[in-house]
Amino acid sequence: MAIGVSVVGRSFKYHRPRGVFSAGVEEPIALIQLGSGPQTQPNMPATAVELSDGLVANSVHCWPNVNRDIGALAQWLSPFMPAGFYYKTFMWPARRWMVYERYIRNAAGLGTAPTEADPDIYDKMHVHCDVLVIGGGPAGLAAALAAGRSGARVIVADQQPEFGGQLLGERLEIDGGPAMAWVAAALDELAGMDEVGLLPRTTAFGYYDHNFVALLERRPIAAAETGRLARECLWKVRAKQVVLATGAIERPLIFANNDRPGVMLANAARTYVNRYAVAPGNTVVVFTNNDDAYRTAIVLAEVGVKVPALVDVRAFAPGALREQVSAHGIEVLNGWSVINAHGGRRVRMVDVVALDEAGAAASGSRRSIDCDTVAVSGGWNPAVHLFSQSGGKLRFDNARACFVPDVSVQSERSAGSCAGIFNLDGCLEAGFEVGAAAAADAGFTHGARPKRPRAEAPEEQPMRPLLWVPPPSNGKRFGKHFVDLHNDVTIADIELARHEGYESVELTKRYTTLGMGLDQGKTGNVHGLAVLAEARGNPIPAVGTTTFRPPYTPVSFGALAGRDVGDLYDPSRRTPMHRWHEQAGAVFEDVGQWKRPRYYPRSGETMGDAVDRECLAARHAVGILDASTLGKIDIQGPDAAEFLNRVYTNAWDRLPVGRCRYGLMCTDDGMVFDDGVTARLGDAHYLMSTTSGGAGRVLSWLEEWLQTEWPTLKVYLNSVTESWATASVSGPLARALLAGLTKTDLSADAFPHLGVREAVVAHLPARIFRVSFTGEVSFEISVPARYGMALWTTLMEAGQAYGITPFGTEAMHVLRAEKGYIITGQDTDGSVTPIDLGMDWIVSKKKDFLGRRSLNRVDAMRPDRKQLVGLLTDDPSDVLPEGAQIVGEKLPQPPMPMIGHVTSSYYSANLGRSIALALIKGGRDRIGKTVFAPLVDRTVSAVIVKPGFYDPEGARLHA
Amino acid sequence: MPDRYRRQSPLAHLGLVARASEDQSAEAGVVMAECPFCAQTGLRGDGSLARFGNAVKTVLGIAPPTEPNTVTGPEDFADGARILWLGPDEWLIVGGDVDAEPSGALRLALSDRHAAVVDVSDGRAVIALSGPNARDVLAKGCPLDLHPRAFGPGRCAQTVLAKAHVILHQIDASPSYEIYVHRSFADYLWSWLEDAAGEFGVRISNSRSDRNGLLGGRVTP
Amino acid sequence: MLLIPCPWCGLRDEVEFKYGGEAHNNRPLVPDVHDDTAWAAYLFMKKNPKGLHLERWVHAAGCRRWFNVARDTVSNRIDGSYKIGEKPPAIAAETEESA
Repeated sequence: MAIGVSVVGRSFKYHRPRGVFSAGVEEPIALIQLGSGPQTQPNMPATAVELSDGLVANSVHCWPNVNRDIGALAQWLSPFMPAGFYYKTFMWPARRWMVYERYIRNAAGLGTAPTEADPDIYDKMHVHCDVLVIGGGPAGLAAALAAGRSGARVIVADQQPEFGGQLLGERLEIDGGPAMAWVAAALDELAGMDEVGLLPRTTAFGYYDHNFVALLERRPIAAAETGRLARECLWKVRAKQVVLATGAIERPLIFANNDRPGVMLANAARTYVNRYAVAPGNTVVVFTNNDDAYRTAIVLAEVGVKVPALVDVRAFAPGALREQVSAHGIEVLNGWSVINAHGGRRVRMVDVVALDEAGAAASGSRRSIDCDTVAVSGGWNPAVHLFSQSGGKLRFDNARACFVPDVSVQSERSAGSCAGIFNLDGCLEAGFEVGAAAAADAGFTHGARPKRPRAEAPEEQPMRPLLWVPPPSNGKRFGKHFVDLHNDVTIADIELARHEGYESVELTKRYTTLGMGLDQGKTGNVHGLAVLAEARGNPIPAVGTTTFRPPYTPVSFGALAGRDVGDLYDPSRRTPMHRWHEQAGAVFEDVGQWKRPRYYPRSGETMGDAVDRECLAARHAVGILDASTLGKIDIQGPDAAEFLNRVYTNAWDRLPVGRCRYGLMCTDDGMVFDDGVTARLGDAHYLMSTTSGGAGRVLSWLEEWLQTEWPTLKVYLNSVTESWATASVSGPLARALLAGLTKTDLSADAFPHLGVREAVVAHLPARIFRVSFTGEVSFEISVPARYGMALWTTLMEAGQAYGITPFGTEAMHVLRAEKGYIITGQDTDGSVTPIDLGMDWIVSKKKDFLGRRSLNRVDAMRPDRKQLVGLLTDDPSDVLPEGAQIVGEKLPQPPMPMIGHVTSSYYSANLGRSIALALIKGGRDRIGKTVFAPLVDRTVSAVIVKPGFYDPEGARLHA
Repeated sequence: MPDRYRRQSPLAHLGLVARASEDQSAEAGVVMAECPFCAQTGLRGDGSLARFGNAVKTVLGIAPPTEPNTVTGPEDFADGARILWLGPDEWLIVGGDVDAEPSGALRLALSDRHAAVVDVSDGRAVIALSGPNARDVLAKGCPLDLHPRAFGPGRCAQTVLAKAHVILHQIDASPSYEIYVHRSFADYLWSWLEDAAGEFGVRISNSRSDRNGLLGGRVTP
Repeated sequence: MLLIPCPWCGLRDEVEFKYGGEAHNNRPLVPDVHDDTAWAAYLFMKKNPKGLHLERWVHAAGCRRWFNVARDTVSNRIDGSYKIGEKPPAIAAETEESA
């Protein structure tokens, strides 16, 4: 501004040239692309960016540059671009939308997103306090002093780099001295308090339930670049009490071409002079409906800016202020209005018209005044965004045409101009009172009552609650009257929307885009409501307001992600043998958060090669699997067996010590929930295993039943999943391998299938389960996790003689599918009963259990429920994709009635062909029938068979 | 007794012992150490019954705390076992070397009543975190109020740290903490802590109680 | 982000908890005496009120205890929590008045 740049951007829809409109975060148009490369940030309000050496910034939304913008052609097309233009124009034919969209996306939008990963660090901090003060202006600092002096834990956050709020741009006095000297003293005092934290550059952007407030701190670039300090920090604050001192935002008056560069909020013009020593223009016309802009005229005149006129829509004038203005030789036009601004890239001249006696029509004499700037004030909107987000109810103050806080819902108080108090002494008084009250409610009261700061309270005349210029007496306006400068929404757009039936403010917002986008209508929303209210013939409170949603100002994705990026994005859970798998070149698979080896490719092997090799080894020699991830729950207590009876579908009373049994769990709606093997270790002591992904879920669910429904059952559950490392050796040579490492008798007679033994394996204390998920003789050996690696490496060394082959989850899936064993969560999906799975054999008829009653519901007994079956494709080399839909008859084209889907599908090296499991309607009655899977490129035919493709008699299992 | 040298702590793969002996900045804001191989025993029982508390006290010399989120026992790990409150009928007993199988006597003492004693020594890694900025590091990932007015020495809590569930025990006001985390999350949590502590400077230590420079307790690396 | 009063651990952040749905919808002691409609009502038909709701929560990342909370579903105001087996605060007060 100081070097005469007036056009800083182009408008969103019409590409009209736009200048700086405000001096803060409410800025609707002066948006810049900040920084470059991976650190670039789009659409930053230039008025809120802290300058630093080497800062790089570019205008957004213009090409090739801001002064010569091709898109500006849009303004000549503007008569053809009414509200809802896109909805109306690009509706038909619907399939063309894909084509239109590409062009519209190019033409619309503002800045550009970075294309490379952000190298900066972003942090989060949880913090608790007694009193959170949001806003470091006069009310906020007074509140912080009052609260801080009580000894309460206080946090003061302000969005600007410096505290002081509105005082930064004023020349006012507090306690008889310069206001900024009082600010400095207050900050000194606060900084000296142990329990007070000051957070400049920190925006409270979201107010959530139970006084949870999110703050975004933007650290100075230099600080972030030294060391490992985060560029931004997201503060998650839980406050006992909140003081909102968020200030107020000035709003404009609307007249024709009120978007021309040079039209600016009156307090912004004053702030640029007072705070930055920059004159907003050479010749400034001030246009107002209230007293405050008179101070702008005085400040401008004092620094030598020419102010030819102050135009006030009020017929009267404030006495003392008017005299001061006149003393500077400024002409005061009371009862006049600016109706139009002339000029392209900068205001050149304004037209002013005298209003009629009622002030309702611009029908009087008319003049033009040369100027390059219009400082405009339509009064102030309290920044009630956070109050509204907290759930508080707003009230419309008719005298000042603004929403003010009314009923609080959370432990929160508003103080100062955000509560509708627009004079300094009132703000100080309210801040001090509210700060003390908040501290008291948090349990901190003052001993002696400290003195509050004071300022002069000049007499004020009421504003005129008028937000746009009265039309001429014929009622017809000409020219564009912008309500929302950010989205190019005009008065005519809102009137048109109303005419087309958009009565609701929420619908009008979405149809016209009023109040949407980056600035969220901070300067224009109330005008929009007022226009809609007038068009509907209702008062503004009857129209209501749109919802104030977080964030108050935009928040970077980096801050929301924090440290949860890269390797720390999500925990990767590792088994005690993880390092070995890594060194063996395993390809890992995510199972929940676990990293499990999927397969161990040798050099030159594809995944298919490796899985085939691993599958063959497990059936012909011995394979070894890291089974540490299986959930393990220790169950103790005299009622343990009864507890198992209630949660498993089968009976547990007669399981002897030293034996284990497979069990299926249902939720009470009868649907399969989890499965696993449970062993009886002692009279009242069991060890349950769950699926790897289900461990936490199952324990939590078992605890829920125990604690809420069966509190009299004497059972204790303890998770021991992580205490044990488990290696499963499987295959015809598994017994021989293990026999060399333990003295325990492993013979089929001494240690039958489903036996459990405490043992010493490789000199380690171990527990051996003879259970199998592969259909081969298998031993699951568990040792304390600290010895997991020792067990594994010993087994691998000893196993070399037997051709031991580590196998991953993929081979495990193939091997179990060959046997027709299910995986809950893959072959079941929460809508499958044990009966659907053909597992009637495990469902007790003699006892109640969770889900039993539901299995007798009419719906659970439908014959056409989807049932688990096997599929053998006619072409044995064709592997069906999992999830493929199955149809009963092949029609020439879709739709074809679908009767089920493939749940598991693999190539089985042991069988030399593909195999699949599927859930098919009435599947068991269709065994032997041919069905079809229509795929994108072919249709696969397959025959339905019983699940269980390999060793159906189980001879190998019991060997 | 199995061969101790074949055992591995949850963070063994990070080579922390070697890193601790390297030259490190003395002015670290945060000191981190793994406390390997300390015995941890899960205890369940009816805490409202005096007989239960007495039985535990007979064996361990201390009774399980009945006040939620507190710890009984000596501050210094070397002076004996500590008992952390985990729930109204659940505690964690910590102390001694894991291979000394310390839970056997307790199991015997409680065998005549409804109680459970479970060896969970291998289930969790223990990370010691201390230094002037230890609290700041925790605040980056933990929703608890750790301010001295709200949480101090002798307090424990089960909570969330980053994306892991942990038991947090404040040892002293310096402040120093011990963090219990499920073994499989140990690598993640250690990496997260080191990352989060980066701005303050981190020193890796071999001792759970770096204040006196001694290896704590009967723990051997 | 709620602040939930665990009956044992006090006020804790919502991230430590898991929601368990409507409270006091207890499993019928003898399921077989209920016809399909009544059984479905127990399984699927929840009150889902606008206003006061008695609901189960578990302090999942904390003491792992299940308990009940009285929460207003509109404002999220929490009127209190109570242990399983205890009466909700409001009902307890009413009972006292009538006694």
